[in-house]
Amino acid sequence: MKTKKVAFIGVSIALAMVLSYLESQIPIFAANNGFKVGFPNLVMMVVLYKIGWKETVLVSILRIFLMFFCGFTRDITGLVLSLAGAVLSLLGIILLKRTNLFSCIAVSVVGGVLHNIGQIIAVCIWYQTAGLALELPLLLISGTIAGAIIGYVSGILVKKLDKLKF
Amino acid sequence: MKIRDIILIGVVLAIAVSSFVLVELFKQDGSYVIVTLGEGENRHEIARYSLSKDGEYSLNGGTNVLKIEGGKAWMIEANCPQNDPQSCTKHSKISRVNESIACLPNNLVVTVYGDDMGENNPDIVLG
Repeated sequence: MKTKKVAFIGVSIALAMVLSYLESQIPIFAANNGFKVGFPNLVMMVVLYKIGWKETVLVSILRIFLMFFCGFTRDITGLVLSLAGAVLSLLGIILLKRTNLFSCIAVSVVGGVLHNIGQIIAVCIWYQTAGLALELPLLLISGTIAGAIIGYVSGILVKKLDKLKF
Repeated sequence: MKIRDIILIGVVLAIAVSSFVLVELFKQDGSYVIVTLGEGENRHEIARYSLSKDGEYSLNGGTNVLKIEGGKAWMIEANCPQNDPQSCTKHSKISRVNESIACLPNNLVVTVYGDDMGENNPDIVLG
Protein backbone atom coordinates (compact mmCIF):
# COMPACT_ATOMS: atom_id res chain seq x y z
CA MET A 1 0.00 0.00 0.00
CA LYS A 2 2.79 2.37 0.89
CA THR A 3 4.51 1.86 -2.47
CA LYS A 4 1.32 2.77 -4.26
CA LYS A 5 1.11 6.01 -2.34
CA VAL A 6 4.74 6.91 -3.03
CA ALA A 7 4.21 6.19 -6.73
CA PHE A 8 1.04 8.27 -6.83
CA ILE A 9 2.77 11.21 -5.15
CA GLY A 10 5.67 10.95 -7.60
CA VAL A 11 3.34 10.93 -10.58
CA SER A 12 1.42 13.84 -9.08
CA ILE A 13 4.55 15.98 -8.75
CA ALA A 14 5.56 15.16 -12.33
CA LEU A 15 2.08 15.95 -13.60
CA ALA A 16 1.98 19.23 -11.69
CA MET A 17 5.33 20.21 -13.22
CA VAL A 18 4.16 19.37 -16.74
CA LEU A 19 0.89 21.28 -16.25
CA SER A 20 2.72 24.29 -14.91
CA TYR A 21 5.12 24.23 -17.89
CA LEU A 22 2.24 23.80 -20.35
CA GLU A 23 0.38 26.71 -18.84
CA SER A 24 3.40 28.97 -19.19
CA GLN A 25 3.49 28.13 -22.91
CA ILE A 26 -0.10 29.08 -23.64
CA PRO A 27 -0.36 32.77 -24.43
CA ILE A 28 -4.18 32.93 -24.63
CA PHE A 29 -4.31 34.95 -21.46
CA ALA A 30 -1.96 37.45 -23.04
CA ALA A 31 -4.10 40.58 -22.79
CA ASN A 32 -4.30 40.63 -19.03
CA ASN A 33 -2.58 41.57 -15.83
CA GLY A 34 -1.24 38.24 -14.68
CA PHE A 35 -4.35 36.07 -14.82
CA LYS A 36 -3.72 32.35 -14.73
CA VAL A 37 -6.08 29.37 -14.37
CA GLY A 38 -3.45 27.53 -12.35
CA PHE A 39 -3.54 24.05 -13.92
CA PRO A 40 -1.18 22.54 -11.29
CA ASN A 41 -3.81 23.29 -8.63
CA LEU A 42 -5.91 20.55 -10.21
CA VAL A 43 -3.28 18.08 -8.98
CA MET A 44 -3.25 19.64 -5.48
CA MET A 45 -7.04 19.32 -5.23
CA VAL A 46 -6.99 15.67 -6.30
CA VAL A 47 -4.14 14.82 -3.92
CA LEU A 48 -5.93 16.65 -1.09
CA TYR A 49 -9.15 14.71 -1.64
CA LYS A 50 -7.54 11.33 -2.44
CA ILE A 51 -4.69 11.21 0.10
CA GLY A 52 -4.41 14.01 2.63
CA TRP A 53 -3.14 17.44 3.54
CA LYS A 54 0.48 16.53 4.32
CA GLU A 55 0.94 14.99 0.88
CA THR A 56 -0.72 18.02 -0.72
CA VAL A 57 1.77 20.36 0.96
CA LEU A 58 4.60 18.07 -0.13
CA VAL A 59 3.50 17.94 -3.77
CA SER A 60 2.86 21.68 -3.95
CA ILE A 61 6.11 22.83 -2.37
CA LEU A 62 8.25 20.22 -4.17
CA ARG A 63 6.67 21.20 -7.49
CA ILE A 64 7.63 24.84 -6.94
CA PHE A 65 11.22 24.07 -5.91
CA LEU A 66 11.73 21.50 -8.68
CA MET A 67 10.48 23.96 -11.30
CA PHE A 68 12.94 26.48 -9.87
CA PHE A 69 15.92 24.10 -9.84
CA CYS A 70 15.09 22.87 -13.34
CA GLY A 71 15.28 26.46 -14.55
CA PHE A 72 11.60 26.95 -15.43
CA THR A 73 11.01 29.64 -12.82
CA ARG A 74 12.32 32.96 -14.08
CA ASP A 75 14.32 33.94 -11.02
CA ILE A 76 14.31 34.08 -7.23
CA THR A 77 11.47 36.62 -7.36
CA GLY A 78 9.34 34.12 -9.25
CA LEU A 79 10.12 31.50 -6.61
CA VAL A 80 9.17 33.81 -3.72
CA LEU A 81 5.91 34.81 -5.41
CA SER A 82 5.00 31.19 -6.20
CA LEU A 83 5.66 30.19 -2.59
CA ALA A 84 3.67 33.11 -1.18
CA GLY A 85 0.65 32.20 -3.29
CA ALA A 86 0.96 28.48 -2.59
CA VAL A 87 1.35 28.78 1.20
CA LEU A 88 -1.70 30.98 1.69
CA SER A 89 -3.83 28.98 -0.73
CA LEU A 90 -2.79 25.61 0.79
CA LEU A 91 -3.62 26.89 4.25
CA GLY A 92 -7.06 27.96 3.04
CA ILE A 93 -8.03 24.81 1.14
CA ILE A 94 -6.73 22.45 3.84
CA LEU A 95 -8.59 24.20 6.66
CA LEU A 96 -11.77 24.62 4.65
CA LYS A 97 -11.76 20.97 3.58
CA ARG A 98 -11.35 19.89 7.20
CA THR A 99 -14.61 21.60 8.14
CA ASN A 100 -16.38 19.14 5.82
CA LEU A 101 -18.97 21.83 5.19
CA PHE A 102 -18.22 22.68 1.58
CA SER A 103 -17.87 20.90 -1.74
CA CYS A 104 -14.60 20.98 -3.65
CA ILE A 105 -15.79 23.84 -5.89
CA ALA A 106 -16.13 26.20 -2.91
CA VAL A 107 -12.83 24.95 -1.45
CA SER A 108 -11.09 25.58 -4.76
CA VAL A 109 -12.61 29.06 -5.15
CA VAL A 110 -11.22 30.05 -1.74
CA GLY A 111 -7.87 28.52 -2.75
CA GLY A 112 -7.78 30.50 -5.99
CA VAL A 113 -8.62 33.79 -4.31
CA LEU A 114 -6.13 33.25 -1.45
CA HIS A 115 -3.43 32.36 -3.98
CA ASN A 116 -3.81 35.76 -5.64
CA ILE A 117 -3.99 37.57 -2.28
CA GLY A 118 -0.76 35.87 -1.15
CA GLN A 119 1.01 36.82 -4.37
CA ILE A 120 -0.08 40.46 -4.24
CA ILE A 121 1.03 40.78 -0.60
CA ALA A 122 4.41 39.33 -1.59
CA VAL A 123 4.68 41.62 -4.63
CA CYS A 124 3.90 44.72 -2.54
CA ILE A 125 6.54 43.79 0.05
CA TRP A 126 9.14 42.65 -2.49
CA TYR A 127 8.84 45.83 -4.56
CA GLN A 128 8.04 48.15 -1.63
CA THR A 129 5.16 49.51 -3.71
CA ALA A 130 1.76 49.51 -2.02
CA GLY A 131 0.13 50.77 -5.23
CA LEU A 132 0.51 47.30 -6.73
CA ALA A 133 -2.33 46.24 -4.41
CA LEU A 134 -4.65 48.00 -6.87
CA GLU A 135 -4.20 44.94 -9.06
CA LEU A 136 -5.94 42.86 -6.42
CA PRO A 137 -9.67 43.47 -7.15
CA LEU A 138 -9.35 42.20 -10.72
CA LEU A 139 -7.25 39.26 -9.50
CA LEU A 140 -9.92 38.42 -6.90
CA ILE A 141 -12.50 38.13 -9.66
CA SER A 142 -10.21 36.08 -11.90
CA GLY A 143 -9.19 33.94 -8.91
CA THR A 144 -12.83 33.12 -8.21
CA ILE A 145 -13.43 32.08 -11.82
CA ALA A 146 -10.20 30.08 -12.02
CA GLY A 147 -10.94 28.42 -8.66
CA ALA A 148 -14.42 27.43 -9.81
CA ILE A 149 -13.08 25.85 -13.01
CA ILE A 150 -10.36 23.94 -11.13
CA GLY A 151 -12.83 22.90 -8.43
CA TYR A 152 -15.37 21.63 -10.93
CA VAL A 153 -12.84 19.56 -12.90
CA SER A 154 -11.17 18.20 -9.76
CA GLY A 155 -14.59 17.09 -8.49
CA ILE A 156 -15.05 15.01 -11.65
CA LEU A 157 -11.51 13.60 -11.36
CA VAL A 158 -11.93 12.62 -7.71
CA LYS A 159 -15.16 10.81 -8.58
CA LYS A 160 -13.48 8.98 -11.49
CA LEU A 161 -10.62 7.93 -9.22
CA ASP A 162 -13.11 6.48 -6.74
CA LYS A 163 -11.62 2.97 -6.90
CA LEU A 164 -8.15 4.24 -6.09
CA LYS A 165 -7.56 3.71 -2.36
CA PHE A 166 -4.52 4.43 -0.26
CA MET B 1 -23.02 21.88 -4.90
CA LYS B 2 -24.94 22.60 -1.76
CA ILE B 3 -26.62 25.83 -0.77
CA ARG B 4 -23.72 26.82 1.51
CA ASP B 5 -21.28 26.39 -1.36
CA ILE B 6 -23.29 28.86 -3.37
CA ILE B 7 -23.43 31.25 -0.41
CA LEU B 8 -19.65 31.04 0.14
CA ILE B 9 -18.83 31.53 -3.55
CA GLY B 10 -21.38 34.34 -3.70
CA VAL B 11 -19.80 36.12 -0.74
CA VAL B 12 -16.30 35.79 -2.24
CA LEU B 13 -17.53 37.06 -5.61
CA ALA B 14 -19.43 39.93 -3.97
CA ILE B 15 -16.29 41.04 -2.09
CA ALA B 16 -14.26 40.79 -5.31
CA VAL B 17 -16.71 42.74 -7.45
CA SER B 18 -17.42 45.42 -4.84
CA SER B 19 -13.70 46.00 -4.18
CA PHE B 20 -13.20 46.30 -7.94
CA VAL B 21 -16.01 48.85 -8.27
CA LEU B 22 -14.78 50.83 -5.22
CA VAL B 23 -11.19 50.98 -6.46
CA GLU B 24 -12.33 52.06 -9.95
CA LEU B 25 -14.63 54.74 -8.52
CA PHE B 26 -11.93 56.38 -6.43
CA LYS B 27 -9.15 56.39 -9.00
CA GLN B 28 -7.97 59.84 -10.03
CA ASP B 29 -6.12 60.83 -13.15
CA GLY B 30 -2.40 61.09 -12.51
CA SER B 31 0.01 63.65 -13.89
CA TYR B 32 3.38 61.92 -13.98
CA VAL B 33 5.04 58.53 -13.58
CA ILE B 34 8.00 57.59 -11.43
CA VAL B 35 10.23 54.67 -12.36
CA THR B 36 11.88 52.89 -9.44
CA LEU B 37 14.49 50.16 -9.45
CA GLY B 38 16.03 47.77 -6.95
CA GLU B 39 15.03 45.22 -4.33
CA GLY B 40 13.48 46.05 -0.97
CA GLU B 41 15.29 48.82 0.89
CA ASN B 42 17.51 49.57 -2.11
CA ARG B 43 14.59 50.67 -4.25
CA HIS B 44 15.24 54.12 -5.67
CA GLU B 45 13.87 56.44 -8.29
CA ILE B 46 15.65 56.30 -11.64
CA ALA B 47 13.39 58.51 -13.75
CA ARG B 48 10.19 60.50 -13.81
CA TYR B 49 8.16 61.51 -16.84
CA SER B 50 5.14 63.74 -17.30
CA LEU B 51 2.03 62.01 -18.61
CA SER B 52 1.10 65.10 -20.60
CA LYS B 53 4.14 64.83 -22.85
CA ASP B 54 4.16 62.02 -25.44
CA GLY B 55 7.36 60.08 -25.89
CA GLU B 56 9.24 56.80 -25.75
CA TYR B 57 11.80 56.28 -23.02
CA SER B 58 14.47 53.64 -22.70
CA LEU B 59 14.73 52.57 -19.06
CA ASN B 60 17.42 50.92 -16.99
CA GLY B 61 20.04 50.93 -19.74
CA GLY B 62 17.61 49.58 -22.33
CA THR B 63 16.02 46.59 -20.55
CA ASN B 64 12.57 48.21 -20.85
CA VAL B 65 10.99 50.81 -23.11
CA LEU B 66 8.15 52.92 -21.74
CA LYS B 67 5.75 54.72 -24.04
CA ILE B 68 3.64 57.69 -23.01
CA GLU B 69 0.87 58.89 -25.27
CA GLY B 70 -2.42 60.65 -24.68
CA GLY B 71 -1.93 60.74 -20.91
CA LYS B 72 -1.41 56.99 -20.64
CA ALA B 73 1.77 55.02 -20.05
CA TRP B 74 2.59 51.46 -21.01
CA MET B 75 5.58 49.24 -21.58
CA ILE B 76 6.26 48.50 -25.24
CA GLU B 77 9.46 46.53 -24.86
CA ALA B 78 11.10 44.34 -22.24
CA ASN B 79 14.01 41.94 -22.37
CA CYS B 80 11.99 38.99 -21.04
CA PRO B 81 10.73 36.26 -23.41
CA GLN B 82 7.90 37.75 -25.45
CA ASN B 83 5.55 34.81 -24.88
CA ASP B 84 5.82 35.26 -21.13
CA PRO B 85 2.18 35.69 -20.07
CA GLN B 86 3.30 37.74 -17.06
CA SER B 87 5.42 40.13 -19.15
CA CYS B 88 5.04 43.79 -18.24
CA THR B 89 4.39 44.52 -21.94
CA LYS B 90 1.08 42.65 -21.53
CA HIS B 91 -0.06 45.00 -18.78
CA SER B 92 -2.89 47.39 -19.60
CA LYS B 93 -2.14 51.10 -20.03
CA ILE B 94 -1.88 53.06 -16.79
CA SER B 95 -3.01 56.65 -16.27
CA ARG B 96 -4.53 56.93 -12.81
CA VAL B 97 -2.92 57.58 -9.44
CA ASN B 98 -1.17 54.56 -7.90
CA GLU B 99 -1.66 52.34 -10.94
CA SER B 100 1.60 50.50 -11.53
CA ILE B 101 3.34 48.28 -14.00
CA ALA B 102 5.94 45.96 -12.48
CA CYS B 103 8.67 44.35 -14.53
CA LEU B 104 9.46 41.44 -12.24
CA PRO B 105 12.71 40.14 -13.79
CA ASN B 106 14.35 43.59 -13.79
CA ASN B 107 12.95 44.70 -10.41
CA LEU B 108 11.53 47.77 -12.11
CA VAL B 109 8.24 49.43 -11.22
CA VAL B 110 6.48 52.29 -12.99
CA THR B 111 3.89 54.06 -10.81
CA VAL B 112 1.53 56.92 -11.62
CA TYR B 113 1.46 59.89 -9.25
CA GLY B 114 -0.91 62.83 -9.03
CA ASP B 115 -0.10 66.48 -8.41
CA ASP B 116 -0.82 66.26 -4.70
CA MET B 117 1.18 63.17 -3.77
CA GLY B 118 2.68 64.09 -0.40
CA GLU B 119 5.70 61.84 -0.21
CA ASN B 120 7.16 62.93 -3.53
CA ASN B 121 6.10 66.56 -3.51
CA PRO B 122 6.76 67.69 0.07
CA ASP B 123 6.46 71.40 -0.83
CA ILE B 124 2.88 71.03 -1.86
CA VAL B 125 2.05 69.11 1.33
CA LEU B 126 3.58 71.84 3.51
CA GLY B 127 1.76 74.52 1.53
